[in-house]
Amino acid sequence: MLSKKQLYFKGMVDVSPHMLSVIPFGIICGAIGIELGFDPYLVYGMSIIIFGGASQIVFLQLLSGGASALIAVTSVGVINSRHLLYGAVLSEYLQKLSLIKKLLISYLVVDQGFAESNKFFKKNKTEQHLHYHLIGTGSTLWVCWQISTLAGIVLGSFVPAELGLKFAIPLTFIAVVVQDLKKIDHVVVMITCGISSLIFFDAPFKSYIIISPILALIIAALLLRFKK
Amino acid sequence: MSWTSIIIAGVLTYLTRMTMVALVRREMLGDKLKEVLTYVPSAVFPAIIFPAVFFNDSGTFVEISDPKIFASIIAIVVGYFSRNVIATISSGLISYWIILFF
Repeated sequence: MLSKKQLYFKGMVDVSPHMLSVIPFGIICGAIGIELGFDPYLVYGMSIIIFGGASQIVFLQLLSGGASALIAVTSVGVINSRHLLYGAVLSEYLQKLSLIKKLLISYLVVDQGFAESNKFFKKNKTEQHLHYHLIGTGSTLWVCWQISTLAGIVLGSFVPAELGLKFAIPLTFIAVVVQDLKKIDHVVVMITCGISSLIFFDAPFKSYIIISPILALIIAALLLRFKK
Repeated sequence: MSWTSIIIAGVLTYLTRMTMVALVRREMLGDKLKEVLTYVPSAVFPAIIFPAVFFNDSGTFVEISDPKIFASIIAIVVGYFSRNVIATISSGLISYWIILFF
């Protein structure tokens, strides 16, 4: 049985490799906001209030392209709706917490933190204070995100675009799912999601980000039925 | 862009994070649904990976010889065998830069 502190620390350690992509992404996000001519306080405010990298960039791009606030806000909601799936998975492990703790922890649920904590939870179901691992991954990502978007805002686009640091983002998620390539059913689910994300890429409000997972989960449900 | 639109976007985002965590109870999810939910990482992350690798900034398909495709394959192979996140990301980035600059 690990102590709260040990679990928190484990979360920090587990998520730390993702800094390789989170930090450049944060810098890019801050720099883009300034480049597009937005007020620095607004650009930074997004990192605290929205705290979701991909959605922040889309929000900025849509507004600078002349989209209405309604469309931009809707897109943010659609892009971030994938958190509903993370929440459904995590709810099982966070069951015993009080409502107020659940409400506070929810703010820290982000892609990489979910990925690493979910891996840990699956292997350590019996631990008593599991949620400290999620707080560890989430708060580490939060601090890095704040510092790196601020750095991007202050220093502007000092990272040359030619470096293509954006490419670190798909790499970080490849690192998350690569072990599941050992399982053929997961491979089918991944390919379904990936191909449909290419097909629906131009669907309104960036909805490919939720259409593809739903299609992939339907395939997963069918696969489970055939397995039995 | 105004504070109002950011705050609405933020509240929406928070709701997507909070709803399931706070309102769903174990009894509400059947065993079948729980089994399907174990596929969530595999069902979500490729939607981030594929467009970032196969589309360029203007939203058109990249060439089959694009460095991103080759570097992704390297990252997958390295990640598969090393089981190490840092090795996966850095092998992908380094091979991407090698092709890009040499």
